[in-house]
Amino acid sequence: MSTMLQTEKLEYSYPALEEGEEQTRALRGVDLTIEKGSFVVVLGHNGSGKSTLAKHFNAILLPMGGKVWVEGMDTVDETRLLDIRRRVGMVFQNPDNQIVSNVVEEDVAFAPENLGVPTEEIRRRVDDALGAVGMSEFARHAPHLLSGGQKQRIAIAGVIAMEPACIVLDEATAMLDPVGRQEVLTTARRLNREKRITIVLITHHMNEAEDADRVIVMDNGKIAMDGTPQEVFARVEEIEAIGLTVPDTVQLLYDLRRNGVDVPLSALTVDECADAVAAALK
Amino acid sequence: MLKDITLGQYFPGNTPAHRLDPRTKLLLVVLYIVGVFSAKFVISYGVMILTLIVCARISKVGARAMLRGLKPVLIIIIFTGLLNMFFTPGDPLLSFWIFHISRQGLRLAVFMVLRIMLLITGTFLLTYTTSPIRLTDGLEQLLNWMKRIHVPVHELAMMMSIALRFIPTLIEETDKIMSAQKARGADFESGNLFQRARAMLPILVPLFISAFRRADELAVAMECRCYHGGEGRTKLSPLRYAGRDYFALAAGVCLTAGVMVLGYFGF
Amino acid sequence: MEPILQVQHLTHTYGVDTPFERSAVEDMNFDIQDGEFVGIIGHTGSGKSTLIQHLNGLLKPTSGRILFSGRDIWAQPKKIRDVRFQVGLVFQYPEYQLFEETVYKDIAFGPANMGKTGAELDRCIRNAAEFVGLQPQYLDRSPFELSGGQKRRVALAGVIAMEPRVLVLDEPSAGLDPEGRESLLRNIRDYHHKTGGTVILVSHSMEEIARNVDRILVLKSAHVLMDGAPGEVFSRSEELLAAGLDVPQITRVAMALRRRGVLVSPAVYTVEELERELLALRKGGAGC
Repeated sequence: MSTMLQTEKLEYSYPALEEGEEQTRALRGVDLTIEKGSFVVVLGHNGSGKSTLAKHFNAILLPMGGKVWVEGMDTVDETRLLDIRRRVGMVFQNPDNQIVSNVVEEDVAFAPENLGVPTEEIRRRVDDALGAVGMSEFARHAPHLLSGGQKQRIAIAGVIAMEPACIVLDEATAMLDPVGRQEVLTTARRLNREKRITIVLITHHMNEAEDADRVIVMDNGKIAMDGTPQEVFARVEEIEAIGLTVPDTVQLLYDLRRNGVDVPLSALTVDECADAVAAALK
Repeated sequence: MLKDITLGQYFPGNTPAHRLDPRTKLLLVVLYIVGVFSAKFVISYGVMILTLIVCARISKVGARAMLRGLKPVLIIIIFTGLLNMFFTPGDPLLSFWIFHISRQGLRLAVFMVLRIMLLITGTFLLTYTTSPIRLTDGLEQLLNWMKRIHVPVHELAMMMSIALRFIPTLIEETDKIMSAQKARGADFESGNLFQRARAMLPILVPLFISAFRRADELAVAMECRCYHGGEGRTKLSPLRYAGRDYFALAAGVCLTAGVMVLGYFGF
Repeated sequence: MEPILQVQHLTHTYGVDTPFERSAVEDMNFDIQDGEFVGIIGHTGSGKSTLIQHLNGLLKPTSGRILFSGRDIWAQPKKIRDVRFQVGLVFQYPEYQLFEETVYKDIAFGPANMGKTGAELDRCIRNAAEFVGLQPQYLDRSPFELSGGQKRRVALAGVIAMEPRVLVLDEPSAGLDPEGRESLLRNIRDYHHKTGGTVILVSHSMEEIARNVDRILVLKSAHVLMDGAPGEVFSRSEELLAAGLDVPQITRVAMALRRRGVLVSPAVYTVEELERELLALRKGGAGC
């Protein structure tokens, strides 16, 4: 597998708001390599640096120390800016603030229009992108009448229309209700599986990490943990020390183990957990 | 309440009028305005009214929808009518107390009122049948020549379409903020003018802050989608003149010319 | 004792006489007792927001009525503001309503509108700030330089400062991270405990509702689908799932265990409860 995103000793600080105040060090040396085609979830509480990291992946922010490469392109290289942005699409938190047009299909067409794609090709891409997120029937609708989850799917379609290799969802589920969140997650998983698009999902909902290929936990501007969901969530004490919680399934297994029941900590989903508990009690 | 305001007034449809190129419709409206101002007497006004009725029929816009469009300017229309009726000197027709109505006054009033109504309903037909985004596209294309004198036509058009996109969002937000402040006992209905203006602060401050935040986020989102100005941009649905556009324009020119001639000969 | 709030045959229809006519709330009936901690759960569009805006008279019923302490809140429409001071409503993402130069002044907005002044006003503000866990040194800062979580606390304090008898919270923890969510809910629980006031918590999250309230109202398409203690409601998990609603993850584990022949109670909804039941089962079954 080849490398999609890579950072080396990445550092970033936000300037102080007022004189005399310290600047905020958001990233303190992040070394990270994300493979093409993987589904990576980045967890962390507010202020852990996870969103700052995400904004380096398509040159919205540029490193103050260290390097970021997108498919081998250095993000500091201004001549490659459009190429970088075309390869790594971003979906943000607030669905209302990333929709440009008052007709769904016009909005999805925005990026290819900017890239100077010929008209017939734009049409094909828009239809494909809307199909990929399951929103074809809403092509002529006004976005402000859609639900939060639908708006985020439109935003995803707008990114797919650039035919990117990677989509970064920067807390894209934070403002949605459970139904909307599920819509976005299912869409992201399908794109990963069917189109082999690399997905980087930034979130603080532990449950969204359940079936990721890899979970990265950020804390205090650094990578605190990195591994499969099973590996990461098994480290219950560390996760709690950071101020995050583990899924209730893992919490249950952890508590049972402390009481001497022999269950593994790696059973994340409801069914796996029930299997493990049932087996231990038999 | 606020949500009931319909801005843009576009009614989706698939009539020949809807299918016309927005540039054609913009030019037709200009021609129509020229026509209305050239109309002098009964026959030429009759032609203009008939034209409007035919266009409305083609656009499948009902009489009630057209009249509703006049509602916001009703006061202006009445005022213009009355002003012309009472203050035009001429052969007296009717007089009571200090008011005198002359024959010329009455005629002028009728024509003035008609003129305003035709101008407004004519323009409304354009917005009824053209989506705001197509209208903006049309304007951008028509005014393209102004780029040469350094008018930022693309940027203005982009701003206009973003404004149109965010009007419903901001109206909804205003509603929410108003409810939230009312829940804290804000009172927008009583007090004198100054007090009422002050009472708007708890709405306006959050609304502005939110609008700036939205602008910030939207700018980043647009950049992420490779926006870099109008240069080299293509279109999902580019504007193309079709046979019907040439026909419509030719008909428009003939009609306006005809009305001007009628006016010249005093009909 | 008389219920603090009574909802009787409440119906609210949007867009009457237009093609978009739609009832968001239809013939709803329930009482809320003084001092209860009630959770309301339901999908977006189930009528939650419309319902809670009736409780403090922001919306007027199309038919039916709301009684506060036994009196119809719309009996004297001119006095509807008094009802808003008694039934404090905190909207979703309330930090977007902040407007004053300082936190102190912003919290003061509500109680000042009630006519409170001087030492009384000051007491209300400081108490409210304490309830939501805002340190006194924040009071003189601008609300706009605070973090998202702190802004939300300021907004919450702005309603608590009116010292309402009923506090209605619409998704108070939306968008916060796990730590922020838990600490805010702890503040709300403490508030309920200390004041003995009535609290109504609206949420999408079954886990959040399950851990905090004494009673749950489940709404579905403009009607009350279920009304009962958390254990009662979650023992009908199959129905909840069929209605397209989520149930706590731990309840789903219990359901899955029952399917595997481990007979835990279907009404568990917290990790601790399920753990206790499982340990008891193990001890009971240790002989085999």
